[in-house]
Amino acid sequence: MERKTIVFKIQRYAPNQDKEPYFKSYEVPVEQGMTILECLWYIKENLDSTISFRSSCRMGICGSCAMFIQGRPRLACETQTLELKSSTIEIKPLPNYDIIKDLVVDQRNLFRNHKKVKPYIISEKATSNPTKEYIQSVAQLEQYLQFNYCLKCGCCLAACPTMATDTNFLGPQALAQAFRYNTDSRDRAGNARFQIVDTFEGIWRCHMAGACSDACPKGVDPAMAIQLLKRHSIFGSRKEYSDYAGPLPKNRRPDIPDAPAPTVKGARTNGRGNGKGKKGRR
Amino acid sequence: MRESRLWFLFVLAGACMIVLLGAHLFVMHLETFMGYLGITIHEPLAYAEVMARAKSVSWLVIYMALLILALYHGLYGVRSVLLETINMKHHSTVTAVIVIVGLIAAVFGSYIVIQSYMMGGL
Ligand code: SF4
Ligand code: SF4
Ligand code: FES
Repeated sequence: MERKTIVFKIQRYAPNQDKEPYFKSYEVPVEQGMTILECLWYIKENLDSTISFRSSCRMGICGSCAMFIQGRPRLACETQTLELKSSTIEIKPLPNYDIIKDLVVDQRNLFRNHKKVKPYIISEKATSNPTKEYIQSVAQLEQYLQFNYCLKCGCCLAACPTMATDTNFLGPQALAQAFRYNTDSRDRAGNARFQIVDTFEGIWRCHMAGACSDACPKGVDPAMAIQLLKRHSIFGSRKEYSDYAGPLPKNRRPDIPDAPAPTVKGARTNGRGNGKGKKGRR
Repeated sequence: MRESRLWFLFVLAGACMIVLLGAHLFVMHLETFMGYLGITIHEPLAYAEVMARAKSVSWLVIYMALLILALYHGLYGVRSVLLETINMKHHSTVTAVIVIVGLIAAVFGSYIVIQSYMMGGL
C-alpha cells in the first residue's frame, strides 16, 4: 500500500485573536485511500486540537466539508489526498465568504438566498394531508433531476467571479434551485419565483463564466440553469404540469413489499404519517 | 418591470438601430456606396439638403425613433455598468438617475428634430 508523508499548509485565522490569516504546516503520514477530511481529523486528533473545520456525513451527502483545497473549492471528504499528486497540500477556507474560524466560513448568505427563491413545491392543490397523488413521468422528473442533487455545499459561490464582486447577487446555488422548482411539473409558482430571480441581482447579473458548474462536486450545472431561466424569462417555458390524480389506492399492490420494521420504539408505521405525530423542527 | 423585459427591449432597440443607423450612415456619409447602388445623392451635408430632409415626415419619424432607441440602448448599457460597479443595496436610485438623464436628453434631442422639421425649407 502506498504511504507518503505529506505537508499540509493550512490557513489559520481566529478573528477575535489574530490580526490576519496565516499558514501553519503539519506533517501527516498519508496512506492510500485517505481523504483530505481524514487527514484533517488526523491533525486535529494528533497534532493540533485547536484547528477548526466542518464535517458531518463523510460521504459527500451533507455538504459541510467544502473548502479551498489546492486552489479549488472541493469537498474534503470526497478528495483523495494521494490523487492530488503533491507533497505539499494547501488548504484555505472557501473564498467569497466571511471566515468564522480557520476553515469554517459563514454560510448565512448562501442559505438566505436559497430561502429567497422559495425552494419548495407550491401548488394550490398541495395540502399537508393529501388524498390523491401526483403522476409525474420519467421525462418530467428528468427536467429537474440533476439540480435536485445540490448539497448546499457552497462550492459554486466560492468559484463565482460575480459573487466575489457583488454581495447582492443571488448566486448560482439559489438560482439553480429556482430553476429546479420552476421546472418541477408539480409546481405552479413559476411567476412568483420569476419576480425574485428575473432581476438585476438575479439571473441577469450572471456573466456566464461557468466557474460554478466546473466547481460543483455533485455534477449540478448551475450555469446552465441560469441560462435556461433567462430563456424561459424571455420566451416562456412551455412547461407540462403533472395531473393531480387519485384517489390513493386503498390496497397496496401485491408486488410492493412491506416496509421494514421501525428501529425506533413508538415510531409511526403507516408510512404516510397519521398527522398526529410530533411536529419536527424546520 | 421584470429585468428580462428591459433586456429584451435593449436587444430589440439594438437590432432596430442597425437598420436606422445604417440608413443614416448610407445617406449622410457613404453616398459613394449609394452611388454603386444607382442612387445618387448630391452633397448630403449641404444646408439645403439637410433642411430638405428636415421637412420630410419620414425623416422626422426615423430621427425620432433613432433618438429614442439609441438613448434607451445606450443608457441601459450605462445602467448595467453602473450597477455592476457601484455595489448598492437598492438599485432603484441608479435607475431613477438614468431615467431622468434619458428624459432630459430625449426632450433636448426631439426639440432639435421637431424644430428643424417646423423650420423645414427655410
Ligand atoms: S450547486 Fe453544486 S456546488 Fe453549488 S451548492 Fe449545490 S452541490 Fe454545492
Ligand atoms: S456562470 Fe454565473 S453564477 Fe456561475 S460562476 Fe459564472 S457568473 Fe457565477
Ligand atoms: S462531510 Fe458531508 S459532504 Fe463532506
